[in-house]
Amino acid sequence: MSTEDTLTGLAEIVEEVSGVPAADVTADKTFTDDLDIDSLSMVEIAVAAEERFGVKIPDDELANLKTVADAVTYIDSNK
Amino acid sequence: MYTDHDVLVTGIGATTPIGGTAPETWQAMLDGTIGVKANTNAYVEKYNLPVRIHAPLAVDPLEVLTRVEARRLDRSQQVALIAAREAWADAGSPEVDPLRLGVVVGTGIGGAVTLLEQDDLLENVGVGKVAVMTVPMLMPNGPAAAVGLWAKARGGVHAPVSACASGAEGLAWAWKLIKEGEIDIAIAGGAEGCIHPLPIAGFAQMRAMSTRNDDPTTASRPFDIGRDGFVIGEGAGIMVLERADHARARGAKIYGKLAGIGMSNDAYHITAPEPEGEGSLRAIAKALKTAGLSPRDITHVNAHATSTPVGDLAESKTILKGIGEQAVVTATKSMTGHMLGAAGAVEAIATVLSIKNGIVPGTRNIETIDPAIGVDIATENREVKIEAAINDSFGFGGHNVALAFTSA
Repeated sequence: MSTEDTLTGLAEIVEEVSGVPAADVTADKTFTDDLDIDSLSMVEIAVAAEERFGVKIPDDELANLKTVADAVTYIDSNK
Repeated sequence: MYTDHDVLVTGIGATTPIGGTAPETWQAMLDGTIGVKANTNAYVEKYNLPVRIHAPLAVDPLEVLTRVEARRLDRSQQVALIAAREAWADAGSPEVDPLRLGVVVGTGIGGAVTLLEQDDLLENVGVGKVAVMTVPMLMPNGPAAAVGLWAKARGGVHAPVSACASGAEGLAWAWKLIKEGEIDIAIAGGAEGCIHPLPIAGFAQMRAMSTRNDDPTTASRPFDIGRDGFVIGEGAGIMVLERADHARARGAKIYGKLAGIGMSNDAYHITAPEPEGEGSLRAIAKALKTAGLSPRDITHVNAHATSTPVGDLAESKTILKGIGEQAVVTATKSMTGHMLGAAGAVEAIATVLSIKNGIVPGTRNIETIDPAIGVDIATENREVKIEAAINDSFGFGGHNVALAFTSA
């Protein structure tokens, strides 16, 4: 699976959880400030991403995922 | 007639088994629409449930809410939010001080469907499948909290829980909060969404439900000699209640006045009503007293009347003793089924609209009135000039709530 596939998949999860259109979920966006995703929604996104990509995202790692690119990089290097 | 400190009804909203909004529900009541139908969900066969009828919502919440909203809210929260938005829009979506806005939305069962579904996931799949939103979806203050968050009600958000009296109790507490000066305006009522095999099984095991499975539309038949229990429904009813000076200052549309409230408890039995209706009599007396009304002023009662053999009879005795034989009585549960914690609030809306429109919707499905019931029951729509009316609600646990409405 390519980085692009990971981004597409993550964007779909973000839309499902938060309602932010997948097209707006681009690599440079921050979850909190740009996409207005609260911490509880972030946990929902992490849980869904763990299942979809077969990765583990521990809570302390989750706190470091500020941007969509951070998350994509983490997923790609840990799956 | 009203004074500055009266509590007025300035907005209404509902989603019920017979309509997706308050006006649609009211029209359906006048049309005699029956919301009870066969329950064709697979679980009925799977568990061989003795009760195979129910009164589901006329309009699925998923048609009204966004997908994201729907997946983060239990069904009891979904219906509360839908009815609250309608009521608030109906009130003119007023600009109000958030610190003076309160929410009081009761529920009887709350997020039981979420609790049970998530427990299934925990048991069958594991903790990783349990939804992050499980707790805020199953908590009984969930419907009130969902409405409060949406409305930015910072003056207090409350969730009375008194089984099938919860919706009426929501309105009663809102009345008290406004009267005591705590808030100026409230979004109040009740919500329920628990049509699920477990609550059905539990109520059925109590022998509280109608088993007229072969004839769903006539199963809910309050006051009929052949009544054999209630039919489970779901829905929400919400009113915007507002202090009169506040309402007048903004030129609000006025439906009527919540003139007084009465709450009491039987302290007699956990589920059965006190057979002579003494507990509910005290609730009615308090409602009349706080409203400054006498029993003879009441010309209409929207009864709790769930179609159970014991309950309807006890209530009829209460009405005769506490109000008198002049009141024209109706039981709209003959159409909506029993919306449990939403029932009292939806019926409060019907009561106000009966006053405003001078018409009482008929109680449907009465073939033969139980001769033990001595009150004047409207068996078809009846035009009545109503200055003051009572809406009765009772709940398991011995709860009694009476709301006295008048024209404004």
